[in-house]
Amino acid sequence: MAGMIEVADLRVSFHGGSKAVHAVQGVSFSVAEGESFGIVGESGSGKSTVLKAIAGLVPSASAALTVNGRPAAQRRSKADRRQMQFVFQDPYASLHPRQTVDQILREPLAIHRIDRRDERIAAALAEVGLKPEHRFRYPHQLSGGQRQRVAIARALILRPPVLLLDEPTSALDVSVQAEILNLIVGLRKDNNLTMILVSHDLGVVAHLCSRIAIMQAGKLVEVLSAEDLRRGAAQADYTRKLVAASRGFNRAQPAI
Amino acid sequence: MKQSLTHWLMEDAPRSRRQAAMGSLYRGLLALVGNPPALVGLVIVTILVLIAIFAPFLDRGISPIAQDLGNRLAPPSAAHWFGTDELGRDIYSRTLYGSRVTLTIVGLVSVVVTPIGLAVGTLSGYLGGWVDSVLMRITDVFLAFPRLVLALAFAAALGPGIENAVIAISLTAWPPYARIARAETITIAKSDFIQAVVLQGASTWRILIRHIVPLCLSSVIVRLTLDMAGIILTAAGLGFLGLGAQPPTAEWGAMVSAGRDVILDQWWVATIPGVAIFLVSLGFNLLGDGLRDVFDPKDAS
Repeated sequence: MAGMIEVADLRVSFHGGSKAVHAVQGVSFSVAEGESFGIVGESGSGKSTVLKAIAGLVPSASAALTVNGRPAAQRRSKADRRQMQFVFQDPYASLHPRQTVDQILREPLAIHRIDRRDERIAAALAEVGLKPEHRFRYPHQLSGGQRQRVAIARALILRPPVLLLDEPTSALDVSVQAEILNLIVGLRKDNNLTMILVSHDLGVVAHLCSRIAIMQAGKLVEVLSAEDLRRGAAQADYTRKLVAASRGFNRAQPAI
Repeated sequence: MKQSLTHWLMEDAPRSRRQAAMGSLYRGLLALVGNPPALVGLVIVTILVLIAIFAPFLDRGISPIAQDLGNRLAPPSAAHWFGTDELGRDIYSRTLYGSRVTLTIVGLVSVVVTPIGLAVGTLSGYLGGWVDSVLMRITDVFLAFPRLVLALAFAAALGPGIENAVIAISLTAWPPYARIARAETITIAKSDFIQAVVLQGASTWRILIRHIVPLCLSSVIVRLTLDMAGIILTAAGLGFLGLGAQPPTAEWGAMVSAGRDVILDQWWVATIPGVAIFLVSLGFNLLGDGLRDVFDPKDAS
């Protein structure tokens, strides 16, 4: 059976011509239904670009790009859009500054002409752990963690089978990060979501994802299970370096 | 009751959409009132609107077009507070009714200019590419002409009259609004919250009207209030040259023009409407400055 998300030979370039930057150079992977897939890499490795290309936010070329069996072409219909939703990195930039939480959550329902909006908004708020009193506040009246909860509620209110997360916790406080990560784990289980999580934090990805892709300089280095990553059973040199780097400064190891 | 209303407006956790909207409106009003120059502007503009509405009750029973040739160019007195003009008409009454013409022109120009500027600017900024090039070159063409001269040419071609003055002023006033809206749109269009609506499947029209226009609106409104003075002066200029409101309608610019011949001997004929133009322009300018402070997102806490 084909996976929920199939990506074959995905390429993304910015600025055409001689100054072209090949941000993603032939990345292929497949994500099964209900699986959570992680992509890690250092800054500039093209991991966020892969996610944005799948979402259709950046123009891309690929041999095949399908989501839930539908080809994710450049021009997507409303129904295609409903297949997946995106959670952005910075909750301070991803919510409309002049709209209340209620308006922000109402918008996707209005676009897709879904009924019982008031009920659904109340349910979505409860689902992400926000209180009814937050409903008519503006984003600037909320904390970073609360804003990210609103962004997650907005993504899930359409009940998409696929959720794409672009470093959902990196703009947040360490104490809030754990809350948001646990929220995502719970929501994924409850909704049987297929999920792609992009992060530079190996710990976060290993905690949330069953399979992990390592990217470097626009290419996929390897794909391995979280179990293998934890055991240190990485094949590629680069992965081992990345794991070592993520453990931080180690007193036992002498400096080279 | 007053206490609970303020509390209701300022509540941190509003319970309905209406309460949230009223609360943010109230906070804006508080900020505006807390700014003395803006308050002065607001008071002047409010008085202007009240005078325009209640002119028939304030004119002391003297018609602005009633002539009394036996009593022409009379100095200010108890009977005629601001004196009379060259046809013996009461200047106080004419100044009152002149506010109606001024407000009509200002109102109509804003109603015409704001949608045109917003439509051209947001479309141009959001769609980019050839749409942007075409719309911006058209804007450049209109910007290239000196404003008053273009308004004069239009008013002369269309014929004198208030409606044509409004059309002439609007045709010359919209390009700066398109530029402002375009600049704002370009910054907003790249932001994550617009990308999020794109991913939800919203149409281009929906994004423009519901998400981008509301954010451009504040700077356009600020620009509009700051421009009001210029619009009033252009209207007065057209009236002065005989291309605006036609006699016997009382119009401040035309009144100044009529008083020009006698400015040394009968100063009040030209001075009173001139002071009115000055005060109203100043009022709109101060209000515009205040609104800019209120709407400035950098100050929003």
